[in-house]
Formats: sequence, C-alpha cells, structure tokens
Amino acid sequence: MSGPAEVTEKAARAAAPTRGRSLARVATARRQWIVMAVLLAVACYAPFQLVPFRVFQLTMVLVYAVALLGLNLLVGHAGQISLGHGAFFAVGAYGSAIMIDRWDTPHLATLPVAAAVAFALGLALGLPAMRLRGLYLALVTLAIAIFLVPLLKRFEAVTGGSMGLTLGKPVPPAWTGLAEDQWLYFLALAVTVVAFLLAHGLLRSRVGRALHAVRDNEAAAEVMGVRLSFYKTLAFAWSAMFAGAAGCVYTWVIGFVSPDSFALTLSITLLASIVVGGLGSFSGPLLGGLFMMFVPSISQDVNDAAPGVIFGLLIIAVMYVAPTGLAGLAGRMTRSITKILRKE
Amino acid sequence: MAGFLQEIVEGLGAGAIYASLALALVLIYQFTGIVNFAQGELAMFSAYIAWQFMAAGLPFWLALVLTLAVSFVGGMLIERVVIRPVEGAPELTVVIVTVGLFIFVNAAAGWIWSFLIKDFPNPFPGGAIEAGGLSLGYSTLGIMAVVGVVMGLLYLLFQHTKVGLGMRAVASNPSSARLVGIRVGWTLALGWGLAATVGAVSGILVAPLLFLEPNMMGGVLIYAFAAATLGGFDSPVGAVVGGLVVGVAETLAGAYVGFIGSDLKVGVPLVIILFILLLRPQGLFGRAAVERA
Amino acid sequence: MRVSAIGCTAVTASLLVALAACGGREAAAPSTAASGSGSGECQGQQTTGITDTSIKLGGIYPLSGPASAYGDIPKGIKAYFDYINAEKNGIGGRKVEFVVRDDGYQPPKAVEEARRLVEQEQVFALFQTLGTPSTTATWDYTNQQKVPQVFVATGASKWGSDTAHPWTIGWQPNYISEARVYAQYLKQERPDAKVAVLYQNDDFGKDLLGGFKKAIEGSKITVAAEQSYEVSDPSVDPQMRNLAGSKADVLLNITTPKFGSQALAADAKNTSWNPLHIVNNVAASITVLKPVGFPNVQGVVSSTYYKDPNDPKWKDDPEMMLYYAKMKQYAPDADPTVPYHTFGWAVASSFHKAMEAAKCPTREGLRDAMRALQNVQVDMLLPGVTLNTAADDGFPIESMQLMKFQGERWELFGDVIDTRKEFGPLTN
Repeated sequence: MSGPAEVTEKAARAAAPTRGRSLARVATARRQWIVMAVLLAVACYAPFQLVPFRVFQLTMVLVYAVALLGLNLLVGHAGQISLGHGAFFAVGAYGSAIMIDRWDTPHLATLPVAAAVAFALGLALGLPAMRLRGLYLALVTLAIAIFLVPLLKRFEAVTGGSMGLTLGKPVPPAWTGLAEDQWLYFLALAVTVVAFLLAHGLLRSRVGRALHAVRDNEAAAEVMGVRLSFYKTLAFAWSAMFAGAAGCVYTWVIGFVSPDSFALTLSITLLASIVVGGLGSFSGPLLGGLFMMFVPSISQDVNDAAPGVIFGLLIIAVMYVAPTGLAGLAGRMTRSITKILRKE
Repeated sequence: MAGFLQEIVEGLGAGAIYASLALALVLIYQFTGIVNFAQGELAMFSAYIAWQFMAAGLPFWLALVLTLAVSFVGGMLIERVVIRPVEGAPELTVVIVTVGLFIFVNAAAGWIWSFLIKDFPNPFPGGAIEAGGLSLGYSTLGIMAVVGVVMGLLYLLFQHTKVGLGMRAVASNPSSARLVGIRVGWTLALGWGLAATVGAVSGILVAPLLFLEPNMMGGVLIYAFAAATLGGFDSPVGAVVGGLVVGVAETLAGAYVGFIGSDLKVGVPLVIILFILLLRPQGLFGRAAVERA
Repeated sequence: MRVSAIGCTAVTASLLVALAACGGREAAAPSTAASGSGSGECQGQQTTGITDTSIKLGGIYPLSGPASAYGDIPKGIKAYFDYINAEKNGIGGRKVEFVVRDDGYQPPKAVEEARRLVEQEQVFALFQTLGTPSTTATWDYTNQQKVPQVFVATGASKWGSDTAHPWTIGWQPNYISEARVYAQYLKQERPDAKVAVLYQNDDFGKDLLGGFKKAIEGSKITVAAEQSYEVSDPSVDPQMRNLAGSKADVLLNITTPKFGSQALAADAKNTSWNPLHIVNNVAASITVLKPVGFPNVQGVVSSTYYKDPNDPKWKDDPEMMLYYAKMKQYAPDADPTVPYHTFGWAVASSFHKAMEAAKCPTREGLRDAMRALQNVQVDMLLPGVTLNTAADDGFPIESMQLMKFQGERWELFGDVIDTRKEFGPLTN
C-alpha cells in the first residue's frame, strides 16, 4: 500500500518553492534542530513544574511513543500491518519483570536484554510471517497477540501465571535529588530520545531506503536488487525491538505485569494510535502516544455512562478531519497559516 | 471412537458459528476491499434489535424479518454516513474507522441495553438426533442449514448476477469501474447493507447459544477472521469450509492433545493459518491475485 | 526519516499546552489536622479531602471494556450516598462526594486514575477499586501515599493476609473462604464426591480452585477433572463436554456471569450427566440464572452474604424497602433488582459505619477504624453476617450462608457459616 507519508512528502515538496530548494533544505534542517532542542528543553523542564500525576501521565506517553515508533517503522515505513505489537510489548515487559523478579537484576540492566529478546522473537516470527502480505500478515500477528495471553498463564512458574508479578520500582540515585516519578520520567525520556535517534539513523541508512522502496513499489524494488524478505523481516524485528523496549520501561513505571494487561485491546489501540498520530512522520508516535493517554479520560469526562461511545466517535472523527493522521493535520494547518501570513 | 466422532460433530457445530460471521466478513471484503473490524459488533447490535422486537411482543419470525430489513438499511446508512467521508483515504484509515465503529457500537449497546446478559429464544427445537452413539442437536443442524443457504445465495450473487459482477469490478478497481458506468458509491453501500444483513443472521444464530450481551461476538470474530483467512477472503465456500476446519481442529486439539488443553486451544487456529498461508498465501479457495506493478 | 519541523512544532505546542494547563508543581504539603480542631490525638494526621461538612471519595471501576457489567456497582453506591446526603445530613454532618473513574479493567489505567484521584481530585480515600489486577497495580502507591483504599471489590485473599499494606482492605468474603464453604458442604452431603471443576483462567479462578483443593485435603473428596477458559473464549461448551466425560458427580462452576449462564445451560442440555451443580457467588445472581430458564437450574447450590433483591423473603425487610424506595428516587434509571446495585448499596453503608466508627476524621482515623470493626451490623447483609476485623485480620466479611435454587428464587439453608470460626484463620 502506498503510505500516507508519501502524500505528506509530496505535499511538502509541492509547497516548497523549486528554485531555492537546497537553500530551503539547509534552513529547514537548522530549524529542525532548534525545534528539537526546544522540545527537549521543555521535556526536561516539565517534571519540575508538574504534579506527580501529570509526570506519570507524560511518562506513559513516552512509553507508548517508543512502542508506536516501532510500529511506525513497520506500518509507516515498511508498509506492513501488525495487529500484534501488544505481544512484543508484553514480551519486553515480561522479560524485564522476570529478570527483576528472579535474579534481582538492576532495572536498567534489563532494558538491553528485554529489547534483544523482543528483537530475536521478531526475527524468528518475521521469517515466516514476512512471506505474507498486508491483510494476511495482519491476521497472523493478530493470532500471536491472542495466543500470548494463555501462553503467559500456562508457564506459571516463570511468569507468575494469571496472578502476574509485582515488582519494585527503580530507586532514584541519591545524587540526582529526584523524586521517584521524576526519575522514572527521565529514564523514559532517555529511552525515548535514544529510540528516536536510533530510528532516525536506521531510516537514513541503506535499510531505510530499501524499506521505502519496498513500501512504494515492491516489484520495482525487487527488480532493483532489494532483497524483499530480508528487509521486511529486519523491519519486523526492529519494530518488535522498540515495542519490547517500551514494554520494559512500562514494567519499571507500573511495577506490575499480568497477562490480561496485554490483551488484544492493547495491540489494536496501538495500531489505531499510530494511524491517528500519523504514519511515517516524526511526530506521529508522540502525537499517537498523547492520543492513547489522554483521549480515553477525555471521553469519560464527556460521557461517564459510556466512555466507549465517545472514544469510538473520536477515533472516527480524527480520521475524518485528518485522514493521514494528526501529524499531517498539523502540517496542513501550519502551511495554510504560513500562506495566509505571506499574503498579508 | 464414538467419542471422537462426537467431538467432530461438536467441532462442526462450533465451526458453523464461526462460518456464519466469516461469510459477512468475506462479503464486505468482496464489495469494498477492506476488513471490517466492526462486523461482529454490528451482528451483536442486530441481535439486540431482534431481542427488542421480541420484547415488544412480536413473534420470532416477524422479528427476524424486521431485523434483517433494519440491518440492511442500517448497514447502508453506516456506509453513507460513516465510511463515505474516508472513501478516498488510505486503506488503513478506513480500517481504523471500523475499529472506532467497533468501540462505539460495543459501548452503545451496553449503554442502551446494559451489560447484563439477555435471554434469546432459540428458533430451533431443543432435542437431538441420536444415532449410533452420536448425538446431533437440532440447533446445530439448523445453524448448518442456514449457513449453507446463505453461502449458496452469496455464491450465486458473486458469480451469476450483474450486481456481483459490478461489485467485483468496484473492489478490484474503483476508478475503472466508475468509467464503465457502475455507480461505485451505491455498490459500496449495497455491500455494507448486505454484509450487515448476513451479520444479523449470524448474530441471531449465535445469541441463543452464547447468550446475548455486548461482548458476545468478540471471541467469535477472531475465529471468523481465522476462518476467512483459511478459506480465502474472496470465497464464500472457502469461508464456510475454513470455519468448519477451524472449529473441528480447535475442538479436537482441546479434547485430545493433553499439552494443548482448553487454555491453549486458541493457538490452534494460529498454527493452521500460518501453515496454510505459507503453503497457499491466497487461502484454500482463494484465487491468487495477479498484480500489475 | 524526514524530521518535519511542523510536526516538532505541533508536539512542542501540545506539550506547552499541557504544561500551561497544569501550572507549577505544588508544594507537596498534605493538609493535616489543625492544632485547634479535635482532641490532641488527631493532631498532625492527614485531612486531605475531608472538612467539617464534606468528604470526598474516589472509586475506580471498569465502565468500558469486557468487564463493564461491574460498572453497575457505583450506581448503587451513588444512590446510597445521595440518599444519606439529602436525608441524613451525610456521614456525621459531612456530605459525601463520590468521584467514579473508568479503568477499563486495565492495570496501567487504574494506576493513572488512582493518581488522578489522589493528587488532582484530592480525595480523602479510595473507596473501592474493582478487580484483583487493578487493585494489585495500585496498592503500593496508595500505601506509599498513606491513602486509605477501602473495601476493594475483589475477593483475593491477599488484601487481608498481607501485612505490608495496612491502608488497603477488602470487603467481600475472600474466594478461599468461599471455597471452604463448598468443601464443607460436600464433606457433609457427598463425603466421597468426585468433583469436576470449570474455572476462569485468572487470579479469581485460580484462588477459588486452589482454596477448594486445599480444603478437601485429607477427605475422600477428589477433583476428577478440571477445565479452564479464557474470558476471550466465545463459549465454554467444549470445556463442559470434557468435564462431562469425567462422569464426576459434582460440578464446581467457578465463572463470571456470562460463562456461568453458558455452563448452566450446557449442564441442563446434557441429559446423560446430572451432577450436583455448585455455582460460585460471582455468577449466582438471578440475572445469570434467568436467561438459562428457571426449570433448568433447579437444585443448583451456591452461597451468599448479602440480601438478594429478588428474594420475596426480604419483601417486608425495612432495609430492602428503603433500598427499593431510594433507588427509585435517586437512581431512577437503574434497575433495583440487579444485585450489583444491592452490592453497591451494602458496601456504601459499610463505609458509612466504618467512617462513623473512626475516632479521628482523618485518613489515619479511617485506617485504624477499618481494622477495628467489631460485630458491625450492616442491614443489607444477611442476618448473622457482620463486619469483623482486627489489627492482624483484614477480612471484614467472612461469613456466608448456603443457598439452593428452588422455583424462581434462591432458598437459604443451613446456618450462617463463620468461616473464621469454622476453619481457623487463613494461612497462605
């Protein structure tokens, strides 16, 4: 399928005047770094200004954003649909939880292992799954998401069965002088920044170009010598790794894992959030994370008898207003504002 | 041996339920080229409508006819009102709209009728045919018969009517279809209407067995997906065969394979799907898509 | 990846909006009892969310998602509080405000909502979190914050036996005690019973099954077959067939409402297997049995601890009459015959009693009061069932009475069984 990212890109290209393109590009690049720096500064400042409850919410936004970043890689950049990313999220969460529970592994040390396990699993599942396309892949991943819950319950000795595992939270080192919620937030922020840089680098590399080629025209890519199944499997594995890392941070933040927390709803919510946030764009995962965190509570404020009615309507409404996601909508709005400003 | 055969019969019964919803999924995929996540919830909502008619004192068969009519119109309305605005958007956008619809319909049903279970009359008699140690319930037989009839009608519709032809044209290439004079919008609406009607049949068949409540179709939907994938998303016969295979395999695995047991039997459709797709990516009865790059 | 400046701006903007909306971090100084008010012993204790005229409580329930049926409980609670606010001048002159939040039965959502209630809504106490996963995910937080988490709506045994969480307490009889009641009944009625068990594959099912197995140790009763199901399963029919194959003479049905109905119907349909059917309290409501058809559920056994609004026996019971009248008045949209509402009413009036018993109108006062309940009578509970707790006993209700379905309603039989007295304290 042709990704919505393509659409945005085209629109952006059309908007930029042709003659000074290279110049404009340099300017944009510089502006990007400025914006990034401001964003990061705000992100670092926020936890000192907000009540712990809000800090917690932002932490969860970051957790979801990392998972959505992975999904974005797969859906937005490689053009493959996964309905089972909740499963990789769960694998990361459980990987971390089991290590903390059984061997008292320091929290931070569980992150690389959890990510690696998710990556390996993504690779193993990706090998057969990546022979499939679109819809079929979606259904296989759906089945994985469903199957994981009873599987986690079955191996009770390791996973704690249906009771789940309760774990301690990372203790902020004394030298930081931070409260627990702030420390968790900064851990999540660090993971998010690293994840975004990693994804950024990945997409600018050979792999990223190959993926875009596959997404835009599979046959043409193949003719040009891109090894389809290799890159698709790799994309799946990377994407699983990000989800796993997010799951690991989730365990630190919530301190409790149980199989039913990772039911199919999580996978579907993740997919809906990334589409709502905006596929193939940089800000899509963050906007998706914000959506996933805040919209259910907003729905409840509007109608506390049946929050789902509002939540469902909001998903549909966003798709009407912004068929290419909130990121695309933000882009459109900024462009039209600039246009108006220029005219005056 | 009789026990084994009995398990197969029960598996077929469960499979017929999955097949009934899979037919609706196949139908809408044929018309519109998308997978409708809300299909199960629409079926559940139709069952509630039937329940409401009966609660108002209407006899079963009249309620059934009315429900089918309401579902048909409702399905068309949903296409016109909910799906139409995103018609030209990427496929995934439409799929996410159906996810939104899923959440909305589920919550709306709970809001209107509460989450407490409702009693739903069974149109088929309660007994069973007993033969050679086997027992085949009338209601299982009835469901199979209905599913068979719906399957036959859909097959005729797809292959031997002008509507079917137009619909296939729309699904495979909307802009070309429009050029040859097919009213694409109405064909899509028709697809939603028909799928909602088939879904209503499924909901009404399922409600007496699983008890009517807003989450009734959630579990069925997953198996229906498996069935449709197995049989191929473009074949009504395939959907039914797929449903039956999934039902039997799952039942036998749950009953006889000790390690799998009843908790892991949900994994059986996964393994089946994976194998079938590796061997025949288009499903058992589907046609391989020939694409022009 | 193309880093779109526009996208960055959008994110920054939304973060800034979030920032602006929240303002600065407040000095985290919880309000404490002023030196002037009350006697000396209450000094320095937490008074967040409580004044001389008001008390603010927060509850977390699944109002959306698969467990939404339990969303009826807060309606009963609200009706009760509305009634006492309007007609009884609240609890000791304090009007109760009850804030309900939805967690969709998701632990991370429950944590978020608990934090919202405690930090933003500044509630005095969390009055009920529903479900073992949600409560487990939140109780570390509430105990760290020293916020009472009162009468949680789950029957897991850890709320009572755990000593590290003094601020959390259960209410309903725990699942293990319930299992003991059934085991004792079988020991008397069918001393060499072979039991087939259908259970939900989660904490609730495992707790009850584990308790039952422990309780039949040393007796001639055996578990002949056990089958589990997932809440995402469409039907429990296959499980029921496998159980029927065991030819056990007792069926222990450990399910939640929908699956309870399915299992009862499957049992009724199978004419060649007629075990004694015991259905657990969670699925014993009339709303579960009615869809199956009353003729099909005759002789089914269960146990209970609060009054059934459908039982004509309580028709002239003053508390039940009050309940019906006040539900009609304050919750006209809610159907009073639904036992979830009755449950809500009963737990709300239990809170009323606990709060009244508190020596200090503070969080500490409530914490101490809820662990020092002695023979507290709550009128919606069965006669003979009272609230009893102690410093080392966190199980308010531990008495149940057996009942058998006859005609169109449950008939209580036997005496109220005090599981604590009968079987000794719970040892995990």
